[in-house]
Amino acid sequence: MSMDHKTPEDFQKEAVELHTEYMPRKDALSPRERLGIPPQEMPAQDPVARRANFNEVATGYSAEQAQVEALRCLQCKNRPCVEGCPVRIDIPGFIQAIADGDYAQAIAIIKRNSMLPAICGRVCPQETQCQEPCTVGKALKDSSKGVAIGRLERFVADWEREQNRIKPPEVAPETGKKVAVIGSGPASLTVAADVRRAGHTVTLMEAFHKPGGVLVYGIPEFRLPKSIVQVEIDTLKAMGVEIRTNFVVGRSRQLKDLLEQDGYDAVFVGTGAGLPKFMNIDGENLIGVFSANEYLTRVNLMKAYDRDNADTPVMRSHKVAVLGGGNVAMDAARTAVRLGAEKVTIVYRRTEKEMPARVEEVEHAKEEGIEFRLLQNAKRILGTDDGRVRSLECLLYELGEPDSSGRRRPVEIPDSEFELDVDTVIVAIGNDSNPLIQQTTPEMEFNRWGNIVVNEDGATSMQRVFAGGDIVLGAATVILAMGQGRQAAAAINRMLATA
Amino acid sequence: MAKIIRKEKLAPAVTRMIVEAEHIARERKPGQFIILQVHDDGERIPLTIADADEAAGTITIIFQVVGRTTHMLDALEEGAEIAHLVGPLGQPTHIEKFGHVVCVGGGIGAAPLFPIAQGMRHAGNRLTVILGARNSNLLILEDDMRELADELMICTDDGSAGRKALVTEQLAECCKKNPPPDLVVAIGPPIMMKFCAETTRPFNVPTVVSLNTIMIDGTGMCGGCRVTVGGQTKFVCVDGPEFDGHQVDFDNMMRRLAAYRGDEQKDHDRCHLELQISEKEGA
Ligand SMILES: Cc1cc2nc3c(=O)[nH]c(=O)nc-3n(C[C@H](O)[C@H](O)[C@H](O)COP(=O)(O)OP(=O)(O)OC[C@H]3O[C@@H](n4cnc5c(N)ncnc54)[C@H](O)[C@@H]3O)c2cc1C
Ligand code: SF4
Ligand code: FES
Repeated sequence: MSMDHKTPEDFQKEAVELHTEYMPRKDALSPRERLGIPPQEMPAQDPVARRANFNEVATGYSAEQAQVEALRCLQCKNRPCVEGCPVRIDIPGFIQAIADGDYAQAIAIIKRNSMLPAICGRVCPQETQCQEPCTVGKALKDSSKGVAIGRLERFVADWEREQNRIKPPEVAPETGKKVAVIGSGPASLTVAADVRRAGHTVTLMEAFHKPGGVLVYGIPEFRLPKSIVQVEIDTLKAMGVEIRTNFVVGRSRQLKDLLEQDGYDAVFVGTGAGLPKFMNIDGENLIGVFSANEYLTRVNLMKAYDRDNADTPVMRSHKVAVLGGGNVAMDAARTAVRLGAEKVTIVYRRTEKEMPARVEEVEHAKEEGIEFRLLQNAKRILGTDDGRVRSLECLLYELGEPDSSGRRRPVEIPDSEFELDVDTVIVAIGNDSNPLIQQTTPEMEFNRWGNIVVNEDGATSMQRVFAGGDIVLGAATVILAMGQGRQAAAAINRMLATA
Repeated sequence: MAKIIRKEKLAPAVTRMIVEAEHIARERKPGQFIILQVHDDGERIPLTIADADEAAGTITIIFQVVGRTTHMLDALEEGAEIAHLVGPLGQPTHIEKFGHVVCVGGGIGAAPLFPIAQGMRHAGNRLTVILGARNSNLLILEDDMRELADELMICTDDGSAGRKALVTEQLAECCKKNPPPDLVVAIGPPIMMKFCAETTRPFNVPTVVSLNTIMIDGTGMCGGCRVTVGGQTKFVCVDGPEFDGHQVDFDNMMRRLAAYRGDEQKDHDRCHLELQISEKEGA
């Protein structure tokens, strides 16, 4: 046990006291009183204990914590939080419902705009979206003290699931129209649900043997339990969506053939950004260098964490360097810790402020003992005689002049080379778009980064073909993928209603 | 789920299976491969499609029993199902009329070579096939190749079939002829492909090799299959599996293939243990 770690019981004790104090006057609290309620922290597994397990780290609010946190909301008239939400959830509305103890109403409000609240509540970068402009944070001059919207979202979504209240949405009478949905990440899951709801036949086609996209092969169990994603898949199945795994569009079947020969009336492409970027430095093909995608897929999808039972191996690493500063880098580093690496280091060429990772992930990574080397970058990877990683040569960086976007550009300091003693290097510097559909579908227009070009409805340059998520946006977020799925599904339903 | 329709032993540790896979049978082209998993969480292994019957909706796979997964696969009988089968993956072989094509197959490499040789023959090429193996027991597809090729040469390490020679010796002789072959396709163990490429290099005969690396997704998502070709990183599953043999960094590839060998040996032993146990249970 680590000394300063507060247990869920500690949080609960505080919350119960606050609950008793404030709830009786919940509708009469002044803004000043609301601002005085202490922010409710997220209970989490002890950092020492969790280094050795894959269980979820953040364990979730208790009902008392959720209600106390909900009382902090000022119910602003101008609703800046809604402006910050990519899918414009009625945030003050659902928070009020939590304060009122009407959780069913709270989740119903969220579900008007979001299909995947249990997932988004866990993985959205709230601190740059809804929570960033929150009036409470502004008043307290600390955006991290804004209302914990994501945690509240997660609380009601978990409540719904744990109470077995999730019901598959009603499906309209069969229309006889057929829609193919390619990929099974958040964009595709959303399209499948929304299009099926309108009574169309939906086939979800996934290259892997399990549906879920990055939610199952990328984001680790300790951050997003796979059982939560499975509930979404099961709901789709209950709605009558056919899920066809082991099916690679472009190889198992050409996209064009789906429309021209297999009788699909529309196609949605949600194939994600699955093409790992490498650094293109010396030594990158040594044994012990992995893309984060490979490392995470071995561990998550192929269950390599279970060394005694899994068929798929994962390297036994002792000293690991992870290159990058996003969620993918944090996930890879924290996974390496759990697999038993004694020392794990993040190497990132900017400062912590520029790190694209969720703040919570960075904090959790630090608590778990991961070392952060900021303003440093890999120059080359050195190997042993038998071709294994021996060390990572790095350079020091400093922040130079601001570039056109106003961000100060990191520039290398000449002759500042030094070596980090490591046996494993995980490259987590981002993903480009997977080129498979592009290579096999000359009819479709792509931009120069390999992303599909779409209009505001998600329609591509090919008749009756729509696209959304990372394949359109470049590596982005779950909520944006879901939002684009929503729009494309609405456009598909409109098209099929008139056709 | 893919049902096993037929299963037969081609050699002591080499098995041929005909498997139900309708859409793969329809879409596949020579040079492409599948990835399979024996059970739901099983390791994903790539195997070349050795043949296909579009009308019957089946494909043929041929594998050598080497690791845990191939052991488990070999334990499945006709009528049983392979949990997951995905494909066809990879770029098809570039087939056209080159003139004289020499196809070199080492050991199990004869299996992926067969559909390519077939394609080359059908495109009107003169076809020479060189098959090599450690001994006559390990020689596969000899009859199929004989039927197909204009000329078939066999060599074994111990002389138990054909000439006692390495395939590279036969290949060198072919290259010395005037005119030399227009194209060489070499498929087999990495070390064999490496030396085939070295053999043809001085003669400037274009040489295609087909690489069988470690893979996970097979769609370009993980980079686990990457190799260095002409100084650049390529993904075997989407850029290959076939590459210019004169450009491939075989030494790096062989090392990467051996990355988990320690684990595999342990697996192999465990696998034998488990199979014995299940035999006893069954008895
Ligand atoms: C490790 C990691 C951590 C992340 N953490 C966060 C986070 O904390 N918060 C956040 O908001 N976002 C996060 N992201 C980003 C987020 O996961 C993605 O933006 C989101 O999943 C994109 O959804 P999508 O539906 O576009 O596609 P994906 O989730 O990428 O799914 C695409 C699916 O399509 C399949 N596919 C591809 N090609 C084909 C084909 N030809 N035929 C059939 N199927 C195909 C793929 O196998 C895959 O299953 C993370 C990403 C990674 C990799
Ligand atoms: S901005 Fe903050 S305080 Fe205002 S309504 Fe939104 S969550 Fe509540
Ligand atoms: S097997 Fe994953 S990229 Fe080739």
